[in-house]
Amino acid sequence: MIDMMNANYAAAHAARLARVDVAAVYPITPQTSISEKLAEMVQKGEMDAKFMMMESEHSAMSALIGASYVGARTFTATSSHGLALMHEMLMWAVGARRPIVMPVAARTIGGPWNIWGEHQDVITERDTGWLQIFCENNQEVLDTVLMAYRVAEDPEVMLPIMVIEDGFILSHTVDIVDVPEQEKVDRFLPPFTPEYPVDVNRPMRHGGLVMPDWWTEFRHRIYQSQEVARAKLLEAEKAFEEIFGRSYGGMMEYYRCDDADAILVVAGSAAGTAKEVADRFREEGKKVGVAKLRVFRPFPAAEVRRLGDMSSTIGVFDRSYTFGDGGAMFNEVRSALQPGDSVLKDYVGGLGGRDVTVKNMEWIFDDLLRISAAGKADRTVEWIGLKDGTGRW
Amino acid sequence: MYKTYKDLPAEPVAFQSTEDVMTGNWRSIRPVLDENKCIRCYMCWKFCPDMSMVVEKEGDYPRIDLDHCKGCGICSNECPRGAIRMEREIL
Amino acid sequence: MLEVRFHGRGGQGAVVASEILARAAMKEGKHASAFPFFGVERRGAPVMAFCRIDDRPIRIHAGIYEPDHVVVLDHGLMKMVNVLEGQKEGGSLVVNTSMSMDELGLPADRRTLLIDATTIALRRGLGSATAPIVNTAILGAFARASDVVSIDSILESIKESVPAKREQNVAAAQDAYRALEGM
Repeated sequence: MIDMMNANYAAAHAARLARVDVAAVYPITPQTSISEKLAEMVQKGEMDAKFMMMESEHSAMSALIGASYVGARTFTATSSHGLALMHEMLMWAVGARRPIVMPVAARTIGGPWNIWGEHQDVITERDTGWLQIFCENNQEVLDTVLMAYRVAEDPEVMLPIMVIEDGFILSHTVDIVDVPEQEKVDRFLPPFTPEYPVDVNRPMRHGGLVMPDWWTEFRHRIYQSQEVARAKLLEAEKAFEEIFGRSYGGMMEYYRCDDADAILVVAGSAAGTAKEVADRFREEGKKVGVAKLRVFRPFPAAEVRRLGDMSSTIGVFDRSYTFGDGGAMFNEVRSALQPGDSVLKDYVGGLGGRDVTVKNMEWIFDDLLRISAAGKADRTVEWIGLKDGTGRW
Repeated sequence: MYKTYKDLPAEPVAFQSTEDVMTGNWRSIRPVLDENKCIRCYMCWKFCPDMSMVVEKEGDYPRIDLDHCKGCGICSNECPRGAIRMEREIL
Repeated sequence: MLEVRFHGRGGQGAVVASEILARAAMKEGKHASAFPFFGVERRGAPVMAFCRIDDRPIRIHAGIYEPDHVVVLDHGLMKMVNVLEGQKEGGSLVVNTSMSMDELGLPADRRTLLIDATTIALRRGLGSATAPIVNTAILGAFARASDVVSIDSILESIKESVPAKREQNVAAAQDAYRALEGM
């Protein structure tokens, strides 16, 4: 059914369509309306799930780990401080190999207080072992939650997945969303059948002590599953496209990157704005492209390396900052490329709800074309719109 | 148990029961029950952290599972009638 | 692409108005998105909401700074906010007011429609005298002020969008539309 809804409602509908068994949540802006919509659907009987209102995000994730052990398909959503409070159990969910799917309405973390969007909260969790997928629009959020369950619950993966929607920019913007029929979703997404469910007839111990003699091997298993997930993500998207007719370019979408003088790597909602601006530049004969960084974990190193063959100038748009070392996406893109492949520049912007405007994107592409012509970048990191009094912005 | 990581279960689970781990040989002192003093209140059964005080059915005297008892002495300490004394293990 | 900016006060329904307009465009086979100014909304404080309408999917996820059309849900806002800021030439301005163009000091260089949406809303039992909900009435006026979407699509969208008092909301939009007949 074609409807109009924000990304939060799209995520909640995806949970309903995925036949989630247990949802444990704690509210936080800008995620709250995901939980509210879920509660409403459960209360109205549109969704046959156990809805648990927890006392914290840490408890929400803990509850889901337990529910998942029993064989329940599990769901929660959070943002910002909630994600940070969950940190310990995020890592536990990975170590326990629980395929939990969690939309995150990406938001900055205080202090001082700021409730608005940026990627700092999710980037900070990139080492937990969760798969991380950034979405460009509301439809992609709904579709990615469905794909995420299929990949997460694959016996060779068995890892949790964050589906990232930009706080407010997607979570509070209504857009046209095609809500698929249940029958189609059922064809795409089989029921969750864990290999080691908690079962009184088959006693086993979960979560006990692993001594140093086998810890390395269990960690290596997680590494292997992240590697296997690359192919599984592509498989899931292909199967999704066959049933629903929509796809999102796999790990990294190359948009007008052929023969580009400059390419901007960008994740999340700003990718849409970048594509729109790239089209306008192409109409003027200015050859720019957009590489949408869709999957951040596992990091698409091979896909990034292809950029080095496509263009000599690559910019990266970072909606977060690793203090002391520049933007995380920039650093990971740079490390995936061969030394000397391309000239790179990091553009840090859209922090704490600062709008990433069409004019910002135009400035970035113009800057990248200047770098392309000069063969070198004037600086490594550019803070977009910084009020530094120099008149540069 | 496992030779290489390929033998490991996909998830960190263990199928071996704790019953299979014979912890009785960790013991240096052992509980000995004096049935003349025992009033079958089962406080020892309630407090034993290793479930080594076995009561098959109500009314029985507790039986001590020496395959698993680690000799902590909690039963002796909790017994209201001093019916359990701890004796040094001998070879 | 067409861009519309709504100025309202927290509680008047500006955000819902932007969503009703987007849904109306969807009903006509167009693409649309709507979003509030991401602020800290409080009853009575100035708020803004936006709507984009296009023939192809909306990919821009950025604010609107140069709207085609501007809708003002309460003339009192014009004391605090420059509602004309950035507006493109040739667009329409719709204001909920009981005052005249001269009294409001509005320029004559754009198509401007004034409508007393507050009186219409209260007559239809929408909100209270201190907090009338004027969003549906003013959308009826907007349908008259521009050819972005038809009044029928607006009415259909209202039916699907408002959680309560559907008939009264539809009637309020119709009242405003009819009041501006010939404008």
